[in-house]
Amino acid sequence: MENSPVIKIEKLVKRFPIGKGEFTALKGIELQFTRGEFAGLVGPSGSGKTTLLNIVGSLDTPTEGEAYVLDRAVSRLNAKEAARLRKQELGFIFQSYNLLAVHTVFENVEFPLLLLDYNGSERRRMVMDALEWVGITDKARSKPPQLSGGECQRVAIARAMVKKPSVVLADEPTANLDAANSHNILKTMEQLNSEFKTTFLFATHDEKVISYLHRKIYLIDGKVDSDELIKQ
Amino acid sequence: MKTAFKLAFRNLIGAGLRTWLNVIVLSFSFVVIIWMKGIIEGWNQQAKNDMTDWEIGGGQYWHEKFDPFDPFTLSESHAPVPKEFIPEIERGDMEPYLIAQGTIYPRGRMQSIMIKGINPRQSIFLLPSHRLDTAVSDAIPALIGSIMSNNLKIGIGDRMMIQWRDAEGTFDASEILITEVFRANVPNIDQGQVYIPLEKLRSMMNLPGEATIFTYRDSESVRPSVPAGLVHKTKPELTASVDEVIKMKSVGTSILYLVLILLAMLGIFDTQVLSIFRRQKEIGTYIALGYTRRQVVGLFTLEGTMNAVLAALVGAAYGLPFLAWQAKTGWTMPVDTSDFGMSIAQTLYPAYSAGLIVMTVIIIMFITLIVSYWPSRRIARMNPTEALRGRIQ
Repeated sequence: MENSPVIKIEKLVKRFPIGKGEFTALKGIELQFTRGEFAGLVGPSGSGKTTLLNIVGSLDTPTEGEAYVLDRAVSRLNAKEAARLRKQELGFIFQSYNLLAVHTVFENVEFPLLLLDYNGSERRRMVMDALEWVGITDKARSKPPQLSGGECQRVAIARAMVKKPSVVLADEPTANLDAANSHNILKTMEQLNSEFKTTFLFATHDEKVISYLHRKIYLIDGKVDSDELIKQ
Repeated sequence: MKTAFKLAFRNLIGAGLRTWLNVIVLSFSFVVIIWMKGIIEGWNQQAKNDMTDWEIGGGQYWHEKFDPFDPFTLSESHAPVPKEFIPEIERGDMEPYLIAQGTIYPRGRMQSIMIKGINPRQSIFLLPSHRLDTAVSDAIPALIGSIMSNNLKIGIGDRMMIQWRDAEGTFDASEILITEVFRANVPNIDQGQVYIPLEKLRSMMNLPGEATIFTYRDSESVRPSVPAGLVHKTKPELTASVDEVIKMKSVGTSILYLVLILLAMLGIFDTQVLSIFRRQKEIGTYIALGYTRRQVVGLFTLEGTMNAVLAALVGAAYGLPFLAWQAKTGWTMPVDTSDFGMSIAQTLYPAYSAGLIVMTVIIIMFITLIVSYWPSRRIARMNPTEALRGRIQ
């Protein structure tokens, strides 16, 4: 059960219309990820990393093939089912943090719990726990514009992790951070990964991130070029 | 839904000045619309009250040949007081009027008038008829209204010749002395009319015991059957003209409401459209965190609509004291209303009803809901992956 795939990708193809033609972003991807993996899709811009991450995150659908997330076929989910999958099982971390600017740090982290109908005291406890994991309890009342880039990304991690999802999808999470902040963030994510056995899947071309990955999947022109398992 | 309310409220409050600008404009619309409708309703009530107090009482009986728009009917529209009216007249609950055509010559000019004979001791009308109850040996005491006084430049103490034609068709003349100039908000009883004691007019016209109009005090009283030769005019029939004027006026003010609402709605529409472009990443984030696109449309619609809720609260905060103050002190028209040709007081007192306030709030809320939803529908067509990056044009 421990090694049953959390994410299973079968012959996945994604094409985008461009003008009168088409651009094929993913060309028959076959991959599997098990619970607790700390893996990354690595490759240059345009290699299909983000597209694959979006399909796994049920934000997009494949043109051909299938992506199964927790045994749910993404292409067969209707809007409500896809939203429920994201709400209950997936956490997202974005390059530009995507925090709600008019909400406080506390409210940003609380948001996924509001959607899951936790009661007030539970929410408060869970949010404070999450802020403690990422070391920013003192910023709970601040608003994102008052925080540094590193602090914003910590809030984003806390928001992604607060509901203890099965999978966290992180798209270039350190792209806007300096080296010291990047390492801190990555250490935090690695810690959370080992503590909660949450599967982390990155899309990155940042060497700092790559150096932390336990599994590196190189994508080139929409195809898997290599799949290296560094550490179990 | 509870979550959406919480989020919408946080987003609105978090948006700061943008929200408050919309809220203030919208609250202004609430207050002005209620105030203006209150003024119209107050005017309506005032006009009817003034007509009751100064002209029509609780209702009237007209001689069947009397036509207020045709002075040539006056020579024939008079009859003896019916015996069934006598007890009511003796109690002071009914007053007979005799109306005749005549001419006055103020300062050498000629002015056609209606001479109205009224009981100087009547108490049905607010007319200061007691000022006719005076002993002037060489002239007939007379009352005129302020409009006529201004137009003819005549006032209290002025004397002038009055000419009339009696029931036999004989022309006669005498002198009148203005003993009072009254100010009423009912032009019907002012322009071109001279009031003299009833018995004096009867003797001048050689029509002892006759009258043209009988006005009774109580509109609720059970009326006897209509005597022959008279026509019963109830209060609603007599005030129908006011209703017509108010209805026409309401159409004009409705245009102003429309402009006010459009201004407020433009602010909300503009904010919604801007929000959808400016908050693309936020929309994408909501979807990534587990909202469906329809739920995001709902959230944005709710945010827009909550502007109206906040506006109602803000409007209540400053509007209720303002409206209460206006109801007490009234609104004094900046120009003289006596020349308007319709029953309108110089100071209008707005009259508000719960129905007026509730309907205004409901209408504005409903329009705000539509204006908020309209641009938000665009979100339903957004690609969340593009929205997350803020790439939608």
